[in-house]
Amino acid sequence: MQIRKIRELLNAELLCGEEMLDDEVSYGFGADLMSDALAHTDSDTLLLTGLCNPQAIRTADMLDIAHVVFVRGKRPDEGMLRLARESGICVLATRCTMFKACGLLYGAGLSGGELHG
Amino acid sequence: MDDSLVLEYDVPGDDFTRAGEASSATKATLKRLGLPADIIRRVSIVMYEGEINMVIHADGGKATVTVSPDAVTMVLKDTGPGIPDVDKAMQAGWSTASGAARDLGFGAGMGLPNMKKWSDRMTIDTAVGVGTTVTAVIDL
Repeated sequence: MQIRKIRELLNAELLCGEEMLDDEVSYGFGADLMSDALAHTDSDTLLLTGLCNPQAIRTADMLDIAHVVFVRGKRPDEGMLRLARESGICVLATRCTMFKACGLLYGAGLSGGELHG
Repeated sequence: MDDSLVLEYDVPGDDFTRAGEASSATKATLKRLGLPADIIRRVSIVMYEGEINMVIHADGGKATVTVSPDAVTMVLKDTGPGIPDVDKAMQAGWSTASGAARDLGFGAGMGLPNMKKWSDRMTIDTAVGVGTTVTAVIDL
């Protein structure tokens, strides 16, 4: 699914990575616990999280995840966005809850992927 | 050992926002060296969980990454409280982490199991009151 479409579906604001709007992702993974993301995601994944601190961006970077959506109206600060830019990560923010954001994307055809182990 | 590259990092224990800097630096170096993407990803995950552990539990420590022709070896050494029961610490979901660690998105008892999961070999050398050294190896 194209990031541009994800932005539309979630009525999300693009906070950095405008040049990445035409990128495609195959899977979505929603978590506030970063260890779960570190255990179970593929790199070709959109990370949805309500955890609004630098470790969310750092976790995405470690996983080669290039697209992150902050849910529940969370707003990353400038330091987090700087880290995202340095890491080549596109950041969106939506007022949708985690449940609603994941539901909208899944309903539109984004796969959930499988657990690793 | 002539063909090995050794990277050393001090992991500060007093600043949660900086946790992961050593992992990011390691990842960048491995990329420059041209290692396979899946290897870099596994090293990054293991190193990052280890770094977070040192920040959460041990007030920081020292990370040494050795890249040799046949493996990447991470040694994460701290002088923290040690692990009283390693078997329990290896159980997914068992944790002694603080609320502050949970606020970070960690501290749910997944760190050491995650490190083991993505490593080819992992050993834990620990003594209560002395510290912990975790050695994780990923074969090339």
